[in-house]
Amino acid sequence: MNINLTIIGQSLSFLFFVWFCMKFVWPFIISAMQEREQKIADGLAAADRASHDLELAQEKAVQRLAEAKTEAASIVDAANKRANQIIEEAKNAAREEGDRLKAAAQAEIEQEVNRAKEALRAQIATLAIDGAEKVLQGTVDKKAHTAMLDQLAESL
Amino acid sequence: MAGESPTTIGYIQHHLQNMAYGKLPAGYARHGADGSVHVLEQDTWTLAHSSEEAKDMGFNAIHLDSMGWSIGLALLFSFIFRVAAKRASTGVPTGMQNFVELIIDFVNNTVKDTFHHKSRFVAPMALTIFVWVFLMNFMDLIPVDWLPHLAALISGDPHLYFKVVPSTDPNITLGMSFTVFFLMIFFSIREKGLMGFIKELTLHPFGSKNMFVQAILIPINFALESVAMIAKPISLGLRLFGNLYAGEMIFILIAVMYGAGLFLGVFAGVLQWGWAVFHVLVITLQAFVFMVLSVVYMSMAFDVHEEH
Repeated sequence: MNINLTIIGQSLSFLFFVWFCMKFVWPFIISAMQEREQKIADGLAAADRASHDLELAQEKAVQRLAEAKTEAASIVDAANKRANQIIEEAKNAAREEGDRLKAAAQAEIEQEVNRAKEALRAQIATLAIDGAEKVLQGTVDKKAHTAMLDQLAESL
Repeated sequence: MAGESPTTIGYIQHHLQNMAYGKLPAGYARHGADGSVHVLEQDTWTLAHSSEEAKDMGFNAIHLDSMGWSIGLALLFSFIFRVAAKRASTGVPTGMQNFVELIIDFVNNTVKDTFHHKSRFVAPMALTIFVWVFLMNFMDLIPVDWLPHLAALISGDPHLYFKVVPSTDPNITLGMSFTVFFLMIFFSIREKGLMGFIKELTLHPFGSKNMFVQAILIPINFALESVAMIAKPISLGLRLFGNLYAGEMIFILIAVMYGAGLFLGVFAGVLQWGWAVFHVLVITLQAFVFMVLSVVYMSMAFDVHEEH
């Protein structure tokens, strides 16, 4: 319980150990801790940024998906329209072709009819004259009656 | 129980005596344990064999046990924290590293709360005080007879004085608190200049615009301020000493009961356990209080008062 040199010894060792702590302990640990704090803060910030980026990307993906859907729909629409159009065109072409063919056939038929008529017309006079000649035997002026019969044939 | 005289008072006194190594003056009569008297022919540096001898050594003595444990524990602290400092990295801390960083973080926050100036010195000082005082106080939790008995066995002297709790030695606590005090004066003068320091001592707390009144007030202020100032280290040192001394005393008294029969012995065991649990709180708190007050005093030293 006596006060003696111990008090000075303790003072000196106290100063020494504080100096030691100040020189070799404190700055190292504190700087390491601060650096780590910084690192963790950076890491957290990066994680935040990443999750934000992810959100943005998801939004973008959804948007792109919607766009693609509408695009696809419009393509299908256009294709349908085009198909209908092609069918319509084909129908029209077929109808026209049919009409054309029909007209051509008609014309041919008419031609044939006319030709037959011509042939008939050409022969009917002779036939009639031959017939009449046989019936009348000479009383008939061939020339005059032929003209008359031709007139008749003409009216056929 | 130590010593040849296992009386209760002797036991307690023995436990409260430091191992003092000091100078006995020439012509000093040493009384042996067997009643023989040996008169010294010249000044002799020796271990004190009794409390009287230790007292008669006066200031020229050193407590080997206090100094030994104190420096040993400080070395332990330095070693552990130095290893941690070397291993300090920005990676994931593990084990001991974590523990050291926990303490440093705690001390750092405490210092930041009370000390608002820039100083490379104060925080390491606070850490040293906290851990060191804690370790010294912690010695109190080791049962009071273990280490003294071990020391007596090793030295072969059954009467060897051996106190293991440095902070129950006022030399240790006052040594630290007065060092804090001198550091406080040093930083005070460094921050405010010698005149600023003197002004702080003489122009507070009473001030006057009138030169004449001021001249009368200066001695009053000085008396008040110097008392307030000197009270700081004394209260700081004695608070720690008082708490630990009382705690140690109770442990010793409990230890006395071990020799008083089976029933009291068991009772003493329970008491010792209870007191130790309570004491865990006390030693931590006292270490913390010593640290915080030292930081507060440093903060006062750095604070520049506005002129009155």
